[in-house]
Amino acid sequence: MSEVVLHELVKTYPGGTTRATDEVSLRIADGEFMVLLGPSGCGKTTLLRMLAGLDTPDAGQIVIGGKDVTYLEPRRRNLSMVFQSYAVFPNKKVFDNIGFGLKVKGVPAAEIRRKVEWAADLLQLTPYLDRYPAKLSGGQRQRVAVARAIVVDADVLLMDEPLSNLDALLRLSFRAELKKLVSDLGITTVYVTHDQVEALSLGDRVAVMRDGRIVQCGAPVEVYANPADEFVGGFLGSPPMNFLSGTVGGDGAELHIDFGGQTMPVPSALASYQGKQLKLGIRPEAVTVDAGETGLRCAVEVFEPLGSSTLLTTDVCGQPLKVTAPASFRAEPGERLWLRLPPEQCRWYDPETQLLVEAKE
Amino acid sequence: MTTTLPEIDRRPLRRRQWRRAGVQVACIVITLFMALPIVLIGLTAVSSSAAFAEFPRPFIPSGFSGETLTSFIEATGTIPALGNSLLVGVYTVVLSLLVGAPAGYALARYAFRGKDTYQVFMLLARALPIVVLSVPLATMFLDAGVYDTVFAVTLLHTTLAMPTTVLISASVFVSVPTDLEEAARVFGCGRFEAARRVVFPLAAPGLAAASIFTFVLSWNEIFGAAVITLGHRTLPAQVLASLGEAPQAYRFAGGFALILPALVFILVMRRYLVNMWGTTLR
Amino acid sequence: MVTRLKRSPWLLLAPSIVFMLVLFGWPLVQGLVVSASGDAWGRLFGDTYFLQALRNTLLLIVIVVPVQLVLAVAMALLVQARPRLLSGHFYLWTIPLAVSELAAGLVWLSVFDNRGYLNSFLVWLGLSEDGVQWLNYTNTGTMLLAVVVAEVWRATSLVFVIVVAGIQMVPRDYDEAAQVFGASFWQRLWHVTLPQLKPSLQVALILRTILALQAFAVAQALTGRNFPLLVGEAYQWYVNLQNPPVASAAALVVLAISLITAVLYLRTMRQQGAQR
Repeated sequence: MSEVVLHELVKTYPGGTTRATDEVSLRIADGEFMVLLGPSGCGKTTLLRMLAGLDTPDAGQIVIGGKDVTYLEPRRRNLSMVFQSYAVFPNKKVFDNIGFGLKVKGVPAAEIRRKVEWAADLLQLTPYLDRYPAKLSGGQRQRVAVARAIVVDADVLLMDEPLSNLDALLRLSFRAELKKLVSDLGITTVYVTHDQVEALSLGDRVAVMRDGRIVQCGAPVEVYANPADEFVGGFLGSPPMNFLSGTVGGDGAELHIDFGGQTMPVPSALASYQGKQLKLGIRPEAVTVDAGETGLRCAVEVFEPLGSSTLLTTDVCGQPLKVTAPASFRAEPGERLWLRLPPEQCRWYDPETQLLVEAKE
Repeated sequence: MTTTLPEIDRRPLRRRQWRRAGVQVACIVITLFMALPIVLIGLTAVSSSAAFAEFPRPFIPSGFSGETLTSFIEATGTIPALGNSLLVGVYTVVLSLLVGAPAGYALARYAFRGKDTYQVFMLLARALPIVVLSVPLATMFLDAGVYDTVFAVTLLHTTLAMPTTVLISASVFVSVPTDLEEAARVFGCGRFEAARRVVFPLAAPGLAAASIFTFVLSWNEIFGAAVITLGHRTLPAQVLASLGEAPQAYRFAGGFALILPALVFILVMRRYLVNMWGTTLR
Repeated sequence: MVTRLKRSPWLLLAPSIVFMLVLFGWPLVQGLVVSASGDAWGRLFGDTYFLQALRNTLLLIVIVVPVQLVLAVAMALLVQARPRLLSGHFYLWTIPLAVSELAAGLVWLSVFDNRGYLNSFLVWLGLSEDGVQWLNYTNTGTMLLAVVVAEVWRATSLVFVIVVAGIQMVPRDYDEAAQVFGASFWQRLWHVTLPQLKPSLQVALILRTILALQAFAVAQALTGRNFPLLVGEAYQWYVNLQNPPVASAAALVVLAISLITAVLYLRTMRQQGAQR
């Protein structure tokens, strides 16, 4: 059983004024692929390092497989890790690099050979086993790092932005390979990244972090479709979620939000916001250009043909609104269009707390 | 579904504490080894002559006296010698940087035939005992009319310091990324200006490290200076000369007086000592 | 490293080459010439002091250099562990760097002298009546010990500083990766740290050996001529015996040994590097 429990972990770096992690708690099931996602400085790497034992928490507890490991030295935790810089030992051949974790634990040479060859085969490194890392490309070195990590029978696999040093094409192809590899192995994985596309693609669950706290944790689809706050909505998705501010008016069952000239209906569950400010969140791909004359009227500011789709930056009552339209769509800057915002795709946010407001009837 | 968490295992923390204690003990042992002799000779230098003659000599002298030390310092020639040492030291640093740093830069930035030969040759310059070096030099200096001058000693010391200066500055320049220089050149700086504005500020700590070694080398160099000077001695040469027939107590006082500047100098400069590969002490 | 095609490096190297040719090359030639006069080499090799000096010098190097390397690496690792009072320790460990050979010899003389601190300590402890005659010319063993201790004290700081600087250059990642994969301290040292330190250790080794061959002031201060060393002999021949040719010959022997060891070191290191 390699269930991981992080319980109220606090860490402040010496000389730092704010907490790098602020009482973070997280449960990761056995075999789950958990992604820690967030901008730089959000605490995700700190969390990973504490999990690995490379940093010690100031407070809180870490439990792996039912055993407390909060202060345990890294080498006793039976983990493996892929570093952002790969950390492939330059003075060892690829074979010895991959077999490192086995060698230091005293595994017999014959078994090391068997396992290393298996891992090398999985990662297409077999022709390179006899080479030194200096003679390999960045992508190949990265594979060595991954091979080294999977060849040991670790309880948990940790990855610290392993794809961020690869070029865009390699990143894409290796991402798919990685997903298949890890799922075939079935090992509990904690993966740190700032790239939201990676997070959505790879994770069984995504924990979005900001300023040392987990803001939302859930399945990628869930986190994408129902962002818990404006930050998550803005961080996930490319282009990010749109936010329109307005004042709620009307009464009882006929609530509407006024964007400064144009209005849209508001679910009656938000009656408490009558007379107050409210924010509407909607993803660009959820907004459609309407042929008829309903919805919101906008003026096109920028038209970007992206190949697979078209990105429009429009102006609605002085506020920007991005719309993803089909690739065949055409519009000129200055053109006026009608936009339809489906109510089921609208998310409502409190402008002060920035949190999602429940709008279910 | 919350399961109760197991108790926090604090044994690793205790292990860590034991390890840290062990490290501290080891450090203290080594520090005692390094510091004790200096303390001892310091105490000897300030012992009264009666205390000095005692056997077994107690750790803390039974009588203190500044006599030997002051008489040593006031001996003729000591103060001017101090001045000479300072001058020679500074000049040597400047000259060896002027001649050696560009060579180090060349080693760092260029690959060329004869590079290995050059480096070995440089290293070997340090391998020739100074006795053999200084005698022909003395003759040369006599002929050139610069015998017994600060300039002569500077030349000798620069020769001795050249290998370390070149090699250290080579490694310092290697650690300065070429992109910065190239960026400066793209923005319109000439070759030399790019080096001046971009490379030297970054290389400065490392070059400071090289300068420290050079200065110390020059300051402590005795025998060469003794050979090529007569009236304008550097401090160690002066000490050597006056030490010949002196009683033991006087010699210890002299030894201690030689160490004092070292203590102060390292205190001030220790931060830069590890800059030679272009890094700083983290 | 970018190879510039426009200007060759020789312009930058020229001043240093000229300087060294004039101020080192010329004296070297002179030394060779002088040593060829008379029967300087014959006299040198026939002198018992010289043979003793040769033996002592080589003995000294074989003992002192490895000891210093190990000690310096240990000290550098201790520094890496960031103990409390680190800057105090570091300061005291680097002081010997700035201490002249003469002063270092005197420092240890106050310890090893017949009436010195070591004997005082032994007598005070009751372990001895009058103390041991450490520096007596009949006790070659203890003389060697005294010189070794003094040299280790004097010169380890140089190796230490070189190794510390080298360790700083090693990226933290490698050690951390080794930790996560289960390596103990000694395994990390062997597999990660020491290989990364190789360049610094090479430099330190060559430099320290060459300088160790030149050691003499310390032995002079401690033992006079009772523990002869090659450079000490060169000095004797020149100053006391007024015989420059033999002095030159002795010095050239030192140079030759330095050359051989430097080449040996470089060749072994190149072999190891060529295995890549």
